[in-house]
This record gives sequence, C-alpha cells and structure tokens, in this order.
Amino acid sequence: MKLLYFAWVRERIGKTEEEVAPPASVGTVADLVAWLAGRGEEYAYAFENPKVIRAAIDRKHVQPDTPIAGAREIAFFPPMTGG
Amino acid sequence: MMAATIRLQREDFDAATEVAALTRGRTDIGAVVTFSGICRDHEGGHGVSAMTLEHYPGMAEEEIARHVAEAQARWPLQGVTVIHRYGRMTPGDNIVLVVTASAHRQAAFEAASFLMDYLKTRAPFWKLEERPDGKDWVAAKDSDDDAAARWVKDNAAS
Repeated sequence: MKLLYFAWVRERIGKTEEEVAPPASVGTVADLVAWLAGRGEEYAYAFENPKVIRAAIDRKHVQPDTPIAGAREIAFFPPMTGG
Repeated sequence: MMAATIRLQREDFDAATEVAALTRGRTDIGAVVTFSGICRDHEGGHGVSAMTLEHYPGMAEEEIARHVAEAQARWPLQGVTVIHRYGRMTPGDNIVLVVTASAHRQAAFEAASFLMDYLKTRAPFWKLEERPDGKDWVAAKDSDDDAAARWVKDNAAS
C-alpha cells in the first residue's frame, strides 16, 4: 500500500510518500501507526503522540480502529488548519 | 441538485467576480453571502510575515465536495462557490472564499458558516507560519472544533 505524509508528519519522517507491506498482524490504522513508529527514530518522532495523528484511507477520514484491509492509499497528518 | 463551483488554486481570486458569475442572469436568488479568509500579520501575540498552505491534492477537493453536498442537502441553496488557495501567502492576501446564494438570507448565512467551520477542521490543509523566531506549523484550535461540532445534528438537538 501507498503511504502519504503531510505537514510536520512529512517533515519528521523526511518523505512525502512511500510503499510499504506491513505484516498481516497489522490490522487497523492504530496498528499501522504502532508498526511505523518502530521503523526508526524519524518515525518514532513523527508518531510519538498517536492521539494527535489524523488518518485518511483512500482520501476519506478514518478513525484509529478502522481496518486497513483493501486500502490503496493511507495518509497521515496533523489536525487540519485550513480555511 | 444545484451545481457547485469548487476550486483549489495557487492563484489569487476576486470575490466580486465570483459573486457575479454565480448570480448572472438569475432572478431566483434573493441573498448572497460572501466569506473571504485573509492572511493576517499576527497570531496569538506574535507577528506573521507569511504563511504556506499545504494540502492533500485529490482529497481536499473531495472533502470540500462532500461538505458542499451536505450544505446543499441541509439548506435550500441556489448556488455555492468554494475557492481555497495553496502555496505561500503574505499578510493581506486572500486564502479562502465561500459564496452561498439562496432565495432568503438565513440559508445563505448558515450554509456559509457551516462550510467555513468544516473547512477549518476537516479539509486537509495545513498552515506553516513564518514568524520572527522562525517557521512553525499552526496548531489546531479547540475553538474551531467546537464551532464545527455545533453543526452535528445530534448536538444541535440536545
């Protein structure tokens, strides 16, 4: 699946996007955040406070307990500050 | 359902031009509400010399379209225009425009307010401010979440 990062999540990880293949045990958005946080210190820094991280699957807002099965594109970003 | 105009763009916009485009040749519109969001030179006690709006291309358009559709379902609107800029802006520059048109004023006022509250909290945009001490991302405000929450029907009914 393709992951996209925005704003300070992007800056901390140092990438705008990447392809990943998490293990089958990673079932939800929260699981994916925990798995990513273990991939290196830049990921640990980006995801140090999972409660503030927002996520979208295939361009729709989702909650931490949303299953990721079948997702093509998952985005992680801080709370939005548009308008 | 009335077609809406939704644009994401780097370029500036002109509110009067957009209102004219929405109302030209129409005699059924009795009220037009226009909201313009403008880059200001201060925030929370510090100066702001510029800000850069980052967005999630694709999702931003879709998310705005979902909220426009909800506004059209909740209020009898004759027209809606939403323009959101991205890129770097300096104080005085336009950031966002919402225009709502209806037969009577209340629908236009409420729909414009609803759309702005949702743009603030649900549309995937992020502001990076340039301040005297460097650049930093703008933190989301609880007051914006509270403003958006008042439009949730369950809350409104209680």
